[in-house]
Amino acid sequence: MPGINYFYPEFEVVRNDARCIRCQVCARQCANEVHSYDPERDLMLSDESKCVNCQRCVSLCPTRALKIVKSDCRLRENANWEGDTIREVYKQALSGGVLLSSMGNPKNYPVYWDKILINASQVTNPSIDPLREPMETRVFLGKKPEKLERDENGNLKCELTPQLELSMPVMFSAMSYGSISYNAHESLARASKELGIYYNTGEGGLHEDFYVYGPNTIVQVASGRFGVHRDYMEAGAAVEIKMGQGAKPGIGGHLPGTKVGPDVSRTRMIPEGSDAISPAPHHDIYSIEDLRQLVYSIKEATGHKKPVIVKVAAVHNIAAIASGIARSGADIIAIDGFRGGTGAAPTRIRDSVGIPIELALAAVDQRLRDEGIRGNVSLVVGGSIRSSADVVKAIALGADACYIATAALLALGCHLCRTCQTGNCNWGIATQKPELVKRLNPDLGYKRLVNLMTAWNHEIKELMGGMGINSIEALRGNRLMLRGVGLTDAELRILGISHAGE
Amino acid sequence: MKRVYVNEKWCLGCHLCEYNCAFANSGETDMAKALRGKVIHPRLHIEGQGEIHYAVSCRHCTDPLCVKSCISGALSIQDGTVKIDHDKCVGCLTCVLVCPYGAVAPGPDGAATKCELCLENACGAPACAAGCPNNAIVYEEREEASA
Ligand code: SF4
Ligand code: SF4
Ligand code: SF4
Ligand code: SF4
Repeated sequence: MPGINYFYPEFEVVRNDARCIRCQVCARQCANEVHSYDPERDLMLSDESKCVNCQRCVSLCPTRALKIVKSDCRLRENANWEGDTIREVYKQALSGGVLLSSMGNPKNYPVYWDKILINASQVTNPSIDPLREPMETRVFLGKKPEKLERDENGNLKCELTPQLELSMPVMFSAMSYGSISYNAHESLARASKELGIYYNTGEGGLHEDFYVYGPNTIVQVASGRFGVHRDYMEAGAAVEIKMGQGAKPGIGGHLPGTKVGPDVSRTRMIPEGSDAISPAPHHDIYSIEDLRQLVYSIKEATGHKKPVIVKVAAVHNIAAIASGIARSGADIIAIDGFRGGTGAAPTRIRDSVGIPIELALAAVDQRLRDEGIRGNVSLVVGGSIRSSADVVKAIALGADACYIATAALLALGCHLCRTCQTGNCNWGIATQKPELVKRLNPDLGYKRLVNLMTAWNHEIKELMGGMGINSIEALRGNRLMLRGVGLTDAELRILGISHAGE
Repeated sequence: MKRVYVNEKWCLGCHLCEYNCAFANSGETDMAKALRGKVIHPRLHIEGQGEIHYAVSCRHCTDPLCVKSCISGALSIQDGTVKIDHDKCVGCLTCVLVCPYGAVAPGPDGAATKCELCLENACGAPACAAGCPNNAIVYEEREEASA
């Protein structure tokens, strides 16, 4: 649009000239073309207006000559009209469009994990040293029998409905091929196999090269049904019906046509270059009864051999919704909190729709217990699980396992610049451009994922040992192990925990 | 024997290896001091076009043409590594001409320079491989026969 540009660049590129050796690595590595070399003056130049603060150049500069800082050129202070709020108005006045963002909600809402503390044993009950004594972090996800049953000869009936076995209570959550790159998918798949956990295809289908990782793959069926066919369903260890996503509850997905190259097109079974738009609702699901039909259609289609997961976003009446899902025949409910990540979402929805996963989890676990149907399903929670401590707190609040995605991407090099929607990811993760995808070598990527999960598993064991608990099953829903700090009575009541000191 | 191998598929053409090489062989401890304002003479080179890049460095051949053709005996094989004695080199650059990989190059003072696997400098192991961000150049043992 003609007229004045209201924007002053958000970041500054600070180059220490005494250190800069003019190697131009920064210029070659920044896909946003911020850096350039001027041979006449033998100077490196920067156009900071294009910088998204992804820190690729910072990480690769061999002399540590670079840093990216927040510009201190600012609008007049105003506690009501903050700089970002004003800039968003400017942006929309320029574009006339919906604001788009990516990754999780960055706003300053309370993070309940950080207001919950974990117990440890002292004097009256012994703690356990995980380095000396066995510690079990393996979990099985799926419907659990209500009671022991014996056949006519008095032998135990051991037939269970299909279960997922996880070596530790963490899985990589849904990220579609299209929203993330081939190499990112390969890293997740290989790491899951090595770790004995699962990754999730997201709604973009399964690339033919990754069928070999099927036993560690959860295949998703979303409202757009992209890439869903018989072999796909059969390839996975479990099938997930995606009803919603924490970052954008109530709306569908949109993968721009520019990201739909030959491979993505084949995998999604849509024409090359076409926008992949998944509708907000599943057009065949308007009730729990409809959901039940889809759950059973999938079970029929896969010979009742695979657990079915129903994934929903954490919204206001999540407990009632989960109660319905637990009666729909689903084996696992996955709940995604409002901080969950995304490759692209309307900013307003990402930042102001949904509820925190901590409250949703506590409410759902309690409701299912009150109704005597907790054993019908396993609960998997995601939406910003950032560390092993978050995992332990989630399990103690009632989860069977956690889904992580942002943490996994961080392990792969993501620097949370939150510009995935541009498709220009300098780290080779949220992009389909071959020259950028190449930057993520899965040989290195998968190893970092394995390291991260191995480290978390050690920490989970340490925390469990401290509590005198040697099996993750004994921690699940053990809210006595948790105390709140700085929480209101309502928050404590919903979380079902006492205040610290009580 | 451990050698430097190139995984062309993963090379980004960032040229970091060239700078790491020049630094490793500079004898300096600070990279900026070693390389700022200087023309670098790395012992490997990034070649390529468009989106394809790869590092070209000495293969440390078992039957090296450079050693055979050196008129002053400056090039020799020591423990499987092809080395160059800077003081013996007369700068005729026959080695540059005959190396089928283009792995020998004239140095700043006219004498030839080539990769000695960083065994002679303070690194002790190839700096190019150690500094590559994407495993596009690696130093490892492989079961294949060399030229
Ligand atoms: S990468 Fe660092 S040293 Fe190289 S040109 Fe850029 S700022 Fe200078
Ligand atoms: S966009 Fe990333 S790579 Fe480019 S200048 Fe900014 S921080 Fe560096
Ligand atoms: S450092 Fe590695 S990726 Fe970069 S140019 Fe050299 S070999 Fe290629
Ligand atoms: S091994 Fe050392 S000398 Fe040889 S190319 Fe690599 S960095 Fe240069």
